[in-house]
Amino acid sequence: MQNHVLDYLDNIITKCPDKVAFANDKEELTFRDVYDKTRSIGSYVHKQGIYKEPVIVFMNKHPKTVTAFFGVIEGGCFYVPIDEQMPAARINLILENVKPRLMICDDKTIKKAETFDTTAKAVLYEDIADTEVNEKALVEIRERAIDTDPIYIVFTSGSTGVPKGVAACHRSVLDYIEQLSEVLKFDENTVFGNQTPLYFDACLKELYPTLKFGATTYLIPKGHFMMPIKLVEFLNEKKVNTVCWVVSALTMISSLQTFDTVTPKYLKTIAFGSEVFPVKQFNLWKTTLPEADFVNLYGPTEGTGMCCYYRADRLFEEGESIPIGRPFKNTEIMLLDENNKLADTGELCIRGTSVTLGYYNNPQKTAEAFVQNPLNSAYPELIYRTGDIATRNEAGELVFVSRKDYQIKHMGHRIELGEIEANVNALQNIQTCACVYSKLDEKIVLYYVGDKDKATLIKELREKLPRYMIPNELEKLQTMLFTPNGKIDRKALLVKYEETKQACATE
Amino acid sequence: MDRLLEILSDLHPEIDFEEYTTLIDDGVLDSFDIVTLISEINEEFDVVISAEYIIPENFNSAEALYALIERLEEE
Repeated sequence: MQNHVLDYLDNIITKCPDKVAFANDKEELTFRDVYDKTRSIGSYVHKQGIYKEPVIVFMNKHPKTVTAFFGVIEGGCFYVPIDEQMPAARINLILENVKPRLMICDDKTIKKAETFDTTAKAVLYEDIADTEVNEKALVEIRERAIDTDPIYIVFTSGSTGVPKGVAACHRSVLDYIEQLSEVLKFDENTVFGNQTPLYFDACLKELYPTLKFGATTYLIPKGHFMMPIKLVEFLNEKKVNTVCWVVSALTMISSLQTFDTVTPKYLKTIAFGSEVFPVKQFNLWKTTLPEADFVNLYGPTEGTGMCCYYRADRLFEEGESIPIGRPFKNTEIMLLDENNKLADTGELCIRGTSVTLGYYNNPQKTAEAFVQNPLNSAYPELIYRTGDIATRNEAGELVFVSRKDYQIKHMGHRIELGEIEANVNALQNIQTCACVYSKLDEKIVLYYVGDKDKATLIKELREKLPRYMIPNELEKLQTMLFTPNGKIDRKALLVKYEETKQACATE
Repeated sequence: MDRLLEILSDLHPEIDFEEYTTLIDDGVLDSFDIVTLISEINEEFDVVISAEYIIPENFNSAEALYALIERLEEE
């Protein structure tokens, strides 16, 4: 039985070693290249005496980065990808949590890596990618591998201001890849156009199926996602037939009338997720590519990538929402009410192999969300409580309703408004602040009280938070709005913002 | 031009848009900014910037963007 994600690679290397596995607009790596680099890096990690430990991969989006991930796993460790544009302050929080001994960098990141608050050794990918392979050690590492060992940690926003690292194991990823491949019908002819960054679990959808089937993944340069015609021309040039993108990347194309000039003519599978697809934009896509399969995916990082799917095989009416559908095979979704009883509408909880190992080095946060199945008191069984409220429609399909807390989805990113607030409150001369998210115009709005102008505040915040968490609108208040019992009145702030916006719009 | 500068500095109060000429090349503007800009320019100037005009040259500076708006207004 397969118990290791790299068994996919060992298998495919015997079938199509010379086929392109991972590429970008400039460089291509064949499966042979991927195999060789993976084993060299694995041997290097072993030589350092690092085993069953986190290894930081701090590299730009590039095919080489993927082989660094695999190399870390080959060495019996787990990779921790870090966004190359993340501010140093946030990276230091992650390093403090992970306590790594090794960081794999590229020539653009290594200088920055050396300034981090860590004792970890920073090495250049190029310097270790040709390490002599230690066959004996690699075989031994593989023989000792257990499928519940972690293979990665990815960091997600934490409401207290400290990011949380979700650790996932071989077994969860194998389960996910098998189920996802069946639903989206991947095969050896699949050509992926990857959009999502490599430092989130979203890229699992392309990385591992590529190994499983001998497919090809093009990592699309980030800049293309600002230039819709260039982007679609790239898809056509590379004959990309499958995309798994966040909704905002798809709507960027359709809302700018790109289809009047050029259409992605090879696309046959379009999976989307991470946020609600505006019906008008969805219908534009569906009408432009009537033969393609459109699949809505839903799932939190804690449930290993995605755990529900819905085949959106028709046009939708304005005001209708596209369901999140049903769970993948081997996963159960339970909707639990406040009394932990099964309900028609309730908190969406995940049961099954897809539930990840928890938050790395964070037993407290783990215990809050990864809990004993309340419907089972007979033996230990963890479920993950997503904090998403969902319901079932007449057809029995799951439909997302809202969040229980202050977590939002913005441009495909999962953000805790509390993390933004914690970072603003930590700045000098800030008395208090509150963040709200307006669905009206999809903006993060920050209200603050303090002696600081907007430009300075933004500048300082950029040193703490990734770009997608920077508020889109700021307003300085003389006094904060409070509820009668003294809590910040976020509802009133949101109403205030949206009323002002609507007043402007009708002027 | 002032109205455009206002829209831009609402997006990025920390940037001096009168001087900056590599907004796209340096990654100052991201895809979210572009989408926001296009919709706000549409409201403010009543011009539609369609996909064919969304190229780096038109967005690298406030001046270039304003020139584009003027061109589209004349059409």
